[in-house]
Amino acid sequence: MALISKEEIRKPENLIYKKTPLLTDKPLSYCPGCGHGTAHRIVMEVLEEMGIQDKTIGIAPVGCSVLAYEFMNIDMQQAAHGRAPAVATAVKRLNPDKFVFTYQGDGDLAAIGTAETIHACNRGENIVIIFINNGIYGMTGGQMAPTTLPGMKSSTSPYGRDVHTMGNPLKITELIAQLPGTIYVTRQAVHTPGNVRKTKKAVRKAFENQKLNKGLSFVEIVSNCNSGWKMAPVKSNEWMVENMFPYYPLGDIKVNED
Amino acid sequence: MKELRLMKGNEAFAEAAIRAGADGYFGYPITPQSEVMEYLMAEKPHERTGMVVLQAESEVAAINMVYGGAACGKRVLTSSSSPGISLKQEGISYIAGAELPCVILNVVRGGPGLGTIQPSQSDYFQSTKGGGHGDYKLIVLAPSSVQEMADFARLGFDLAFKYRNPVLVLSDGAIGQMMEKVELDEQRPRFTEAEIISNTPWATTGKTIDRERNIVTSLDLDSGKQELHNLALQAKYREIEHNETRYEAISCDDAEYLIVAYGTSARLSQKAVDLLRAEGYKVGLLRPITLFPFPSAIIAKLAGQVKGILTVEMSAGQMIEDVRLAVGCRVKVEHFGRMGGIIPSPTEVVEAMHTKIIGG
Repeated sequence: MALISKEEIRKPENLIYKKTPLLTDKPLSYCPGCGHGTAHRIVMEVLEEMGIQDKTIGIAPVGCSVLAYEFMNIDMQQAAHGRAPAVATAVKRLNPDKFVFTYQGDGDLAAIGTAETIHACNRGENIVIIFINNGIYGMTGGQMAPTTLPGMKSSTSPYGRDVHTMGNPLKITELIAQLPGTIYVTRQAVHTPGNVRKTKKAVRKAFENQKLNKGLSFVEIVSNCNSGWKMAPVKSNEWMVENMFPYYPLGDIKVNED
Repeated sequence: MKELRLMKGNEAFAEAAIRAGADGYFGYPITPQSEVMEYLMAEKPHERTGMVVLQAESEVAAINMVYGGAACGKRVLTSSSSPGISLKQEGISYIAGAELPCVILNVVRGGPGLGTIQPSQSDYFQSTKGGGHGDYKLIVLAPSSVQEMADFARLGFDLAFKYRNPVLVLSDGAIGQMMEKVELDEQRPRFTEAEIISNTPWATTGKTIDRERNIVTSLDLDSGKQELHNLALQAKYREIEHNETRYEAISCDDAEYLIVAYGTSARLSQKAVDLLRAEGYKVGLLRPITLFPFPSAIIAKLAGQVKGILTVEMSAGQMIEDVRLAVGCRVKVEHFGRMGGIIPSPTEVVEAMHTKIIGG
């Protein structure tokens, strides 16, 4: 086999890996090292591969991914803080032939939006919820989140989360897995190529479930917040593996194949 | 064919919403408006027109469901009563900011707080001066009969879509609960997918290859762009003031005294006008139908003709501020009202007219 030169490799016709057209050309506003960009890409690649760009309506939250609609090249609505599952409920009920998903962080989904999350799950709305859990409020500058680990420091728990006065981290994913309305509940990560592949498989399964009108699929992605955690990106991923994963173990929590 | 029925105000509003071609209703129970959702659930509009009816987990969820449906170009509505409407204010502000069309019914009860379940008009400020955060206006329609409860469901949708603006139907516990004869419009079809794409090209219907993606948001982190958005909203509100001000003038042509009242207060004030005229006083009634836009021009005109104006409201006096702004100190403007869910009697209004205006 003939070797090809560096110059030839860079020619467009020789590229075998490129950005999905379902991501816009706008530079991501996320901090370098953050997992949001990878999660965005996974969701958009799945929509592209399923060929459902023209049938999909995404709901952006309040938080770091409030501007998700700047990067996702699909029709999107920006919801009030925590209300994305309620917004998505109506979008899907009124447009049962469309694919509907929310993309939410931990403050949005597990604190201010707890009621909307639980009730959309309990009604078994035929939607996909993508839940990015990085244990902190990134957008507002690193405050304590419902999923902040015990003892973990944040700007509003500067001496570490004291579970006696601040409560324990909320495992909302395990909680909603108890509800009959959820069909598929899984927890994944995007810090290694292997985990990226697993997450993509999970996201694909979630949207396939929606296609089959099965009910609510919930994909948690445990991710890093190197800025909020005040760590270098690589260090934050190591810290995530050592500290977040024991509390939030990866893998499928509920797979209902009926 | 129009249809004549005897209905409660709340039921008439619900039936009229179906017939106006509504796509979805999202609500939460609260007295004195629960008949709206009860009627819709019993009526199974899904079988009649395909309309979706959903009982939400809260008023907060319900108004955000309205946001989601409206952003898809659908005709969607919600209803509640005062404490529930307070909960909806966040969502209403987002809807106004994102310029989404929808209809919201408030069957007002007395407040503040949990207050009472009896009729009141103490939500005037909340309805006409904002309610939620930010500079915005709702189009506010004030029905004073069961017929208008029905009529304003359809008019509400038409105005909402004409201006891409939320419409609030500001009723009260008396209008919502009373039964009257009502003439119902014929069934109007729901929007087709093609109509939505052509009438509301901004709606999130799925990004097709022939257009850029549609984004529904109330956010702009660039303050220069946000101010341009604010200016555009204000221009729209001025256009609404210019085009949509509605009122009813009763016995005003020869009036020497004027009552200004809306909703239930207008009904009992009309009786008070009859009683005062029987006593020989030329009294007229100006009934604002739109509270925003407020019929300031006609009130200003009548202020040049009458000796005094009494506003009658079931509140401590809220609309009176708009009447005084319109009148500009040219004649005396006084308030009469009851609170706590009490509806004043026409004779109380007659007495107030004597003590505060005619003999005052």
